[in-house]
Amino acid sequence: MSAGSSHTHDAHDELNVHGHDEGHEAAHGSFKGYMTGFLLSVVLTAIPFWLVMGKTFDNPKLTTLIILAFAAVQIVVHMIYFLHMNTSSEGGWNMLALIFTFVLLVITLSGSLWVMHNMNVNMMPVSAHDMRNMP
Amino acid sequence: MAQTPAVTIGDEQVPSFYLKHEHHPENGTMLGFWLYLMSDCLVFAVLFAMYGVVGGNYAAGPGPKELFDLPLVAVNTSMLLLSSITYGFAMLEMARQRKTATLGWLAITGLFGAAFIGLELFEFVHLIHEGAGPQRSAFLSAFFTLVGTHGLHVSFGIIWLITLMVQVTRGGLTAVNQRRLSCLSLFWHFLDVVWIGVFTFVYLMGVLR
Repeated sequence: MSAGSSHTHDAHDELNVHGHDEGHEAAHGSFKGYMTGFLLSVVLTAIPFWLVMGKTFDNPKLTTLIILAFAAVQIVVHMIYFLHMNTSSEGGWNMLALIFTFVLLVITLSGSLWVMHNMNVNMMPVSAHDMRNMP
Repeated sequence: MAQTPAVTIGDEQVPSFYLKHEHHPENGTMLGFWLYLMSDCLVFAVLFAMYGVVGGNYAAGPGPKELFDLPLVAVNTSMLLLSSITYGFAMLEMARQRKTATLGWLAITGLFGAAFIGLELFEFVHLIHEGAGPQRSAFLSAFFTLVGTHGLHVSFGIIWLITLMVQVTRGGLTAVNQRRLSCLSLFWHFLDVVWIGVFTFVYLMGVLR
């Protein structure tokens, strides 16, 4: 078995030869990788700010959807170029933990927003005037 | 398994079913630290969910449109983004075993981090001074908790960074110090990822609301 077999996703091979040098290279990244990530994230940050500050679109819902999409893409860019995520680091356990966290994150966020939105909709309305006189 | 390693005892070949050496133990810390980061991610997920639920409850107080200063947030975001790339450069110098360059980039990273915290504290003081403190409304409580928790993380990151700079100065770029720097690298970039969520979800969407 050579170091080259660490590329395969065969669990038995992973156990025996996990290319050490290769692992270190992946942990530090490269100058090109960091610069690519940086330039991409500058663009992906600048466009949402420009969209909101310049009021490019009249429809706030459309702008919201676009900036959420930009944020999602930027998070993936950071994960790949700065956090060096890939499917083979630590024998795939990093990715597995990330996917599990992502599932919990989606359940927490969407569940909370959905349930509490429904509660809000079904609450008795309170006017701003009532609110000011609250104890 | 096709290739079961065999051990010779006497004349007989006995297959062995265990690994004689540890399974790359030097990477154990990195996986453990990654798991910590994932649990930290859940802390932020809960805080984001809380902000999402009560972020619209102004209690007849000021809302995001009146309070948030987007140019300031843009400068703040660029500080954190620049600190991310300079930390990356520190890691590259570390891989080349250049101690002085590593320390230099770490110092620049720390300064960008400090600038970020400084601007955030300025914003907080400004808000509290305007009467928009955390006790004003549910929206502001959630805002201060979420953004404050992130700021606290960055502050501890800076303390950690200074500690590591002292350790690298004293001990050099040993394997142990390299591992510590790798952990902080993950932590620092992770905080940048969380900030993407903060500026999108809290600041930009708050102004759009």
